[in-house]
Amino acid sequence: MTAAAIPAIECEGLVRSFGEVRAVDGVDFSVAPGEVFGLLGPNGAGKSTVIRMLTTLIPAERGSARIFGIDVRRDPMRVRRAIGYVPQRLSADGGLTGYENVWLFARLFDVPRREREERIREVLAWMGVTEAAGRMVSTYSGGMVRRLELAQALVNRPRLLILDEPTTGLDPVARTDVWERVLSLREQLGMSVLLTTHYMEEAEALCDRVALMHRGRLRALGTPTALCAELGPGATLDDVFRHHTGDVLADQGSLRDVRVARRTASRLG
Amino acid sequence: MSASPAGRLHASAEPPAHLELDAAPGWRTFPSRLTTLCLVELRKIRHDRTELYTRAIQPVLWLLIFGETMSRLRAIPTEGRPYLDFLTPGIMAQSALFISIFFGIQIIWERDAGILTKLLTTPTSRTALVCGKAFAAGARAIAQVLIVFVVAALLRIGLDWNPLHLLGALVVVVLGSAFFSLLSVSIAGMALRRDRLMGIGQAITMPLFFASNALYPVELMPGWLHALSRVNPLSYEVDALRGMLLGTSSHLALDLAVLVGATLAAVAVASSLLERLAR
Repeated sequence: MTAAAIPAIECEGLVRSFGEVRAVDGVDFSVAPGEVFGLLGPNGAGKSTVIRMLTTLIPAERGSARIFGIDVRRDPMRVRRAIGYVPQRLSADGGLTGYENVWLFARLFDVPRREREERIREVLAWMGVTEAAGRMVSTYSGGMVRRLELAQALVNRPRLLILDEPTTGLDPVARTDVWERVLSLREQLGMSVLLTTHYMEEAEALCDRVALMHRGRLRALGTPTALCAELGPGATLDDVFRHHTGDVLADQGSLRDVRVARRTASRLG
Repeated sequence: MSASPAGRLHASAEPPAHLELDAAPGWRTFPSRLTTLCLVELRKIRHDRTELYTRAIQPVLWLLIFGETMSRLRAIPTEGRPYLDFLTPGIMAQSALFISIFFGIQIIWERDAGILTKLLTTPTSRTALVCGKAFAAGARAIAQVLIVFVVAALLRIGLDWNPLHLLGALVVVVLGSAFFSLLSVSIAGMALRRDRLMGIGQAITMPLFFASNALYPVELMPGWLHALSRVNPLSYEVDALRGMLLGTSSHLALDLAVLVGATLAAVAVASSLLERLAR
């Protein structure tokens, strides 16, 4: 079997509109197995729409996407078995304990009964939430919820982890903590990771390659080092970002962040 | 703060252990999904029981105040049974209806919280998800039925206490609740907002309740209301409950056929509208 040769993700000409707005306008990229790939862009660039197409939540209008060679449109159930997904919002169920949240996903992914208990313990320990596992998630901090969500996504032992803005809304300590865990996932397991972010330092810390997205299209693609070098000596990824998107990073999307934070706060009580 | 990653994780076995499920059609995992979603709902009920207690108030009031008072009037022909006996199955169905019709609010809340999105990326078919949620609502309704049983025993209401009939009543209420919660999920799929769904729910519960045989026999109704009650699944639910719990003449086969048919149709509508909530 030449499994290693099959890309973790392969997108060709993905297009998706919402009403008049073309959110994703012809996106091509591929992610190699074991690669951490970052999709960068300001809010509204279309990153989340790409993710929602890859996770089988919404269909693409045109173009195709394959996860480990499995067509997202034609075989969504098999794609779902191959991926672990952590959405942008903190979305563990506050009405359940940490353990129950992971248990739910173990069952929904058909983890065999004889392995279930062990696997749940394994991911909880790995994410450092073993001690809090018996507590209601409504008592967790933001960083703990995020780690619990990673545990939920990993209980299926996915081959591809998809993280939509994994550290938005987290404090700096919780953020670096999530980074460490993502990096060791790749080191220990060779897991492929696709993540979106609008923090340049996050992209630099984690990603083997990044694609810059703006207004539904990819504007640049390469390793962070190569992209910086292209622009000139001493350029940072921030500069690259500004060069390709105009200076939209500074004040974009603050309203949405407030909304998401407020929603999360009211939910977690 | 948290410790750094502890222990070891294991990589996905290659090929994955559940490969035989990879290409499995949705129906193979369907029973397991249904059980899982119901078990999770029971867990939630266990963690927060306040709802169980507050929900108990309404049926108790209906039976104690409305039922006791109307019994004294003796104005409603009830096939020779005391009015309170006649009313009890109606209140059982009604209190389950009142919970189920607002079930869509939970779905919209789960959508806003991102929980629904995550459920939709698991290998769970839309139909299985919708059915699981519907029967989870049924699990909540069972609590209502048990409360009415207790009140009925305390008031010495002449129910048929044959365990098989009681079990049959539970099945009927779960089916009825599944239908009404699916109706609610369908409305949620169209309304997409909690406040709207609240309004619509409020607007339809009372007509559903009054245009049914829950409080009075349909023979008393004016023609147009009688016609409405004939297309109201609640009437069939109450009819089946009366047949089983009171031994009155009912049309059990027809009642069950209508409830099952209505539920299946609602499953189809709700699962297609679930896509709108995923967007």
